[in-house]
Amino acid sequence: MKKDKTHKLKLGYKGDVKEVEITLPDDEPRPFDMTSKLDIMGKRHQKVDAVMKVTGRAKYTHDMKPAGMLFGGFVRCPHAKANLQSIDMDKLAKSPGVKAVVDAETLRMPTTIRYAGQPVAALAAESRQALEEAIRNADVSYEVLPHAARVDQATAADAPQVHGNRGNVRAGRDPRQLAEVNAALNSGKLKVAEVVARTQVQTHSCLETHGTAAQWNGEHLTIWTSTQATFGVRGQLARGLGVSESNITVIGEFMGGGFGSKFGAGYWSLAAARLAKKAGAPVKIMLDRREDQTDTGNRPDSIQDMKMGVDGDGKIAAYSVSNTGTPGIGRGASVTNPMIYDIPRDMTASRRGEVATNAGGAQAFRAPGHPQGSFGLETVMDLAAEKAGIDPVEFRLRNDSNFVRQQQYKEGAKKIGWADRKKNGAATGRFRTGYGVAAAKWGGTGGPRAEVLCRITNDGSIEVRNGAQDLGVGTRTLLAVVAGEELGIDPSQIKTAIGNTNDPIGPGSGGSRTAASIAPAARQAAFLVGRELKALVAQHLNCEADDLVTKGGKVSSLTDGKKSMSFKDACRLIRQGDISAVGKRVRNWRDATYMNGVAGAQFAKVTVDCDFGIVKVDKLVALQDCGLVINRLTAEGQVFGGMIQGLSYALFEERHMDRHLGHMINSDLEMYKIAGPADMPEMEVVLYDVANGANNCSVAGIGEPTMIPTAAAIAGAVHNATGVRVTSIPMTPDKVLMALEEGGK
Amino acid sequence: MSEHVTATYRVNSEGRTIAHPAHHTLLEVLREACGLTGTKHGCELGECGTCTVLIDGEPQLSCLVLAREVEGAAIDTVEGLEGRDLHPLQKTFADLGAAQCGYCTPGILMAAKALIERKPTPTRADVCEALSGNLCRCTGYIKIIEAVEWAAALCRGESGARPADASLYGVCKEKPHG
Ligand code: FES
Ligand code: FES
Repeated sequence: MKKDKTHKLKLGYKGDVKEVEITLPDDEPRPFDMTSKLDIMGKRHQKVDAVMKVTGRAKYTHDMKPAGMLFGGFVRCPHAKANLQSIDMDKLAKSPGVKAVVDAETLRMPTTIRYAGQPVAALAAESRQALEEAIRNADVSYEVLPHAARVDQATAADAPQVHGNRGNVRAGRDPRQLAEVNAALNSGKLKVAEVVARTQVQTHSCLETHGTAAQWNGEHLTIWTSTQATFGVRGQLARGLGVSESNITVIGEFMGGGFGSKFGAGYWSLAAARLAKKAGAPVKIMLDRREDQTDTGNRPDSIQDMKMGVDGDGKIAAYSVSNTGTPGIGRGASVTNPMIYDIPRDMTASRRGEVATNAGGAQAFRAPGHPQGSFGLETVMDLAAEKAGIDPVEFRLRNDSNFVRQQQYKEGAKKIGWADRKKNGAATGRFRTGYGVAAAKWGGTGGPRAEVLCRITNDGSIEVRNGAQDLGVGTRTLLAVVAGEELGIDPSQIKTAIGNTNDPIGPGSGGSRTAASIAPAARQAAFLVGRELKALVAQHLNCEADDLVTKGGKVSSLTDGKKSMSFKDACRLIRQGDISAVGKRVRNWRDATYMNGVAGAQFAKVTVDCDFGIVKVDKLVALQDCGLVINRLTAEGQVFGGMIQGLSYALFEERHMDRHLGHMINSDLEMYKIAGPADMPEMEVVLYDVANGANNCSVAGIGEPTMIPTAAAIAGAVHNATGVRVTSIPMTPDKVLMALEEGGK
Repeated sequence: MSEHVTATYRVNSEGRTIAHPAHHTLLEVLREACGLTGTKHGCELGECGTCTVLIDGEPQLSCLVLAREVEGAAIDTVEGLEGRDLHPLQKTFADLGAAQCGYCTPGILMAAKALIERKPTPTRADVCEALSGNLCRCTGYIKIIEAVEWAAALCRGESGARPADASLYGVCKEKPHG
């Protein structure tokens, strides 16, 4: 029987400490809190696979080449809307060098074409040249239909229908508070700001394109894939192919970026598996850059129509927002607005709609719905503050009761030099400087299922294994750091394995859940093997196991300094081979936590060239709650990465659809511009180590929240510099100049 | 099918005689015929920089180079960067966490190597310019740039302070919890 143990914990952030008692089974370690003295966790650690990456030894899916491998690819429809009438599969199969073909039906793909680039057949050939020639010479005929590739086309009268006769526009329901909110906004008692904000479609633009290599060995399928969810891919392939999960191994040890777009197995994985079966040889399909930009998902655009009313105390008293966006042929363009701030619930009226278009479908993208929602919400916030004559930071302090964010507003304002900020539009001359602020919240404190195996062997070696993937943010290293903390061993001495579904289950990397799901399981596994080791040592040193600690490479008694032995020597006491244990992630502890979302704020300083409309970001400051930090080096790295992606979203990126052909015009990395080294501003990261007590490591994920407020903070700074609000991103020179012109600046 | 040629390439100071389709790019020859997959394939359009190698010391996009044209030239890839020890660039990139997913890393290392050899004391603007053809979607560039500057100092024989804690761009503050 498991016994229970009660722990007294101090949770929170300095200045706001909550004392709680929590009773846990005794196979759970005491959760880390504000009083925990951590030797290893929270420090900077070089990634355990860093050397693999800087030497070129890290193998990505694109680098895989099982013996006899064929090159797979797709015949794609060039029309944005069409019916597939016929395709000569025999001719395709007989093309020189082609070894296997599968048609759309076998791939369970519709023969109704709804976006340009939709695949209609898959094939595998012995060389890339043979593949490309067969695709080029494919005989396909289509009934070409009028399309609605853009929102303006999809919302026009008599617009071509994207999905059957369902109508392109889903307007969303009027919220029941609407009348009351409108009455308040129109009462004349509130200062009201009104604005329509627009955001663009953003593509993930991972440097490694999507792709999969498949190899059958009898009934067993091995898949190498560039994925964010090894186990998710295994499940989808099992269902798609009618094969049991035990007959599939998914391997993804290294992958070149995902950002939300690499969750699913994708039609390319199914196609690779089917082609490999047919051809009797391994098949690799890597999408090319154009396919990747058009057909692997994107962040939907948005139009956010907002009104915000502020009372005499500078408090938000009423808010109405109507959002719409296009997920292309996909589903889910929802915009997270409102997101933060103490806007009274009963005085918030929000409506969400969607417009279908003949374009590649949306996918999860780093904090789905949030960066666009943040841009909208913060735009109306700044305008409301201006109307009410309140400084933007002060306005947020008055309307955001979250304790951590309160600290972040104050500290961020100091770091960016907010005191030097002039009034909106007070700057003159060609180059004008301005400051902006925006905030974010997220909820990534993880949960089941995640299981981690920890094994110590009698030669003193330690191994920690989990089958989930590492997106490059340091999941592999996290296993070593957390186990190292628990066992008192330097992480560089610990072997780790990740990215193979033959190892214990782990989560898909989305919702910033990976670290927060895996770390507690890793800690528990290390705790369990450590406990067994301590029992052996207690016997040997003739003391109580409860009196022993594993720290600094030793197992020592807390009360008797003489009773101590090295970890290595302790391991020699293991008689038969090794001790191992599997740590299982349990649910977060609801009542005993310090949680109100993961808090973050960012500040921006920009210089606007008012002759040319060019925005240059001078500095960004991020203040980010990340629970207790596991590895400071990789945590900061994630924040830097989030900020530059936000900057890129604010200033450069945008998918353009051609109205006549219905193609994505800039389906590459030259015309679809992402930020480069020279666009990088000065950046400062302040991590807030909040002991949230949500799990035994008090860990929270930060992959997503760090990208949420960047664009809005930059837009606020542009507003401050110029005195006019650019209400649409990307804030390209044409829009900036137009806003200056309209604002008479 | 396509015409094959046999050519001898000098890759990382080692001669390799290879038969390959005449139209193959240097990127294809390196990755497919030589099995040197450290050089990455990101776009094959000359847009991303992941395929950067050195040809006679100059950074080039190997996806845009017809292999046959560089027969006899000195071709350097990431696999040849490590001598008896890691190259200073490799050390600083690993130490500062300048590689997240790592897909852009080999190309950036090669572009940076050419810069440091040409200009041992590069300014920050020099670094940004030298890397302007190399995209990175993960890191935010800051650690990459700092790693190049630090490695340049190490190559000059200076010890060079580790720039993580305080530097001109990017000041990270340690904040003990509690
Ligand atoms: S692969 Fe050569 S530049 Fe992208
Ligand atoms: S580290 Fe992922 S692209 Fe640079």
